[in-house]
Amino acid sequence: MKNLEAVAGNGLLDRRAFLRGGAALAAAMTGYTLAGPASAEPLADDPWSRAPGTNVPAYGVPSRFEKSVVRTLSNPNGEPRTQHGRTPHHLLQGTYTPNGLHFVISHAGDADIDPEKHRLVIHGLVKRPLLFTLDALARYPMVSRMTFVECGGNSAPLFSREPIQASVQALHGLASCAEWTGVALSALLEETGVDPKAKWLVAEGADAPALSRSVPLAKALDDAMIALYQNGERLMPGNGYPMRLLLPGWEGNMNVKWLRRLKLVEAPAMSYYESRTYAPILPNGKAYQFYFLQEVKSFITHPSPGLMLKAPGFYEISGIAYSGNGRISKVMVSADGGQSWAQAALHEPVLSKAFTRFRVPWNWNGGPAVLQSRAWDEAGNVQPTRAQIIAVRGQAAKVPRVTAFPSQHYNGVTSWAISSAGAVSHVYA
Amino acid sequence: MSTHKLTAALSIFAVNFGCLAAGPNLGKPIDAAEIAAWDISIPPDGTGLPPGSGTPAQGASIYAQKCAACHGENGKGAANAAVVGGAALTNGIDTVKTIANFWPYSTTLFDFIRRAMPYQQPRTLTNDEVYALTAYILALNKLIGENEAMNAQTLPKVKMPNRDGFIPRFPDKL
Repeated sequence: MKNLEAVAGNGLLDRRAFLRGGAALAAAMTGYTLAGPASAEPLADDPWSRAPGTNVPAYGVPSRFEKSVVRTLSNPNGEPRTQHGRTPHHLLQGTYTPNGLHFVISHAGDADIDPEKHRLVIHGLVKRPLLFTLDALARYPMVSRMTFVECGGNSAPLFSREPIQASVQALHGLASCAEWTGVALSALLEETGVDPKAKWLVAEGADAPALSRSVPLAKALDDAMIALYQNGERLMPGNGYPMRLLLPGWEGNMNVKWLRRLKLVEAPAMSYYESRTYAPILPNGKAYQFYFLQEVKSFITHPSPGLMLKAPGFYEISGIAYSGNGRISKVMVSADGGQSWAQAALHEPVLSKAFTRFRVPWNWNGGPAVLQSRAWDEAGNVQPTRAQIIAVRGQAAKVPRVTAFPSQHYNGVTSWAISSAGAVSHVYA
Repeated sequence: MSTHKLTAALSIFAVNFGCLAAGPNLGKPIDAAEIAAWDISIPPDGTGLPPGSGTPAQGASIYAQKCAACHGENGKGAANAAVVGGAALTNGIDTVKTIANFWPYSTTLFDFIRRAMPYQQPRTLTNDEVYALTAYILALNKLIGENEAMNAQTLPKVKMPNRDGFIPRFPDKL
């Protein structure tokens, strides 16, 4: 079967190999995917087949067998500092992140807001300052879009000079993707009118620290949204209930949660988070400011550390690619540490500034392998290798804790080593 | 109707329409006095700084009472970040960012203390207390004199050491 020939080193197969189906293909696959004859024990009904099941709940939750599919928490006892909940990418598939597993960073807990009393004010350099209730916003024409949100500090452990042994959840879990629905910010700014002097807006939350960020007006008028719904239901409290600013493709922290105020101004406010936190230090002691964009990136979720390969044979390598600059145009996958590459299949539809699932069939021969993915976006940007990004951005002087943020905005390649025993570890290659 | 009159009529229509805007118009007009309590962003030029004043000595006693439990005695850090000192940024990309080695604008200190501190009771400090704490921390870092009061006039004039240490990452996005 021609399609099952390796197209790159260490057993990577043509991405179309399993899309065509058919008996001949199934037969061809048998050699390394189908186990031997089924168990010798005759089939019988299990207990759940012999009695009615449980009552249908008013709000469904996953099966009791899925209790391990949860976020990891950096501060589960709510000590007076930031709390992070990371998405378990290695236990999910597809491109949508379930709402309960969407990553959350809250700098002083999740605000508990009564939606009837919440207000959004737009003021400053506008013709008419206006106050909007949630009821009022809910009557505006709605827009929906799939988009990822990623913390500017996601993947920061890869700035460590030694590869930190941790799951894809620990390394890359501060990015998630949902369908967001709400009101285009441009529609509201049309009603307030915009003074020609306005160049920025300062967004502020109703949470305890009144988190605030400055956003260029051009982004606000381009594709910004006041998001009210997440994957069809109202926003989760940790994602900004009852409303958040959504800036597709831009640094998570700027997508201000619990949004209560937008002030149009001439110049940025230089708030704590823009002037300090999300300004990464460069090797020469200068620092990047106004990074904003989440650049093109990908990582392999299957397999990844914590998932074992039990025996040689067929596996699907899959992962997530995304770019704050638009659609993913191509993902290449290597099983030999970057010496040779196979083009991955992209799950359709490929949407702008959204997670794109990529897949490559792989025939693991049981020997050591190093898996990598590398993404391109439609704007022509290519995900840097780790060596390329480190050459510009440097690496941490000390090996950090996995939950630390030695810098921000890492979008380089991630490498997973497969041992002969089938264990997956994090390496630099 | 002549072309001239039609144009005039259309432009009057456009003006009227413009006043109402094309959308649902469900926002409620609100004036500056009603927004005042929320209007707390302070940019580098100090626009919007409130009346009031505070000295480092006044700030020291407020700090001991309301801040030291988390940020340590004399600003040296405890469970939460130190507010004094800081290594050279050339020590590494993971150098701890501090007020003295990193923050480009003194106004950010006033803005952040007023909006977010103390952590358990944000926005309970008076403006005088915020000025005093700002003065105390700036004096601890030797960025102002020990007896220098901070207020709406003096604070924006404090030049932070790292003000010119930044490079916009994507200037075309600004």
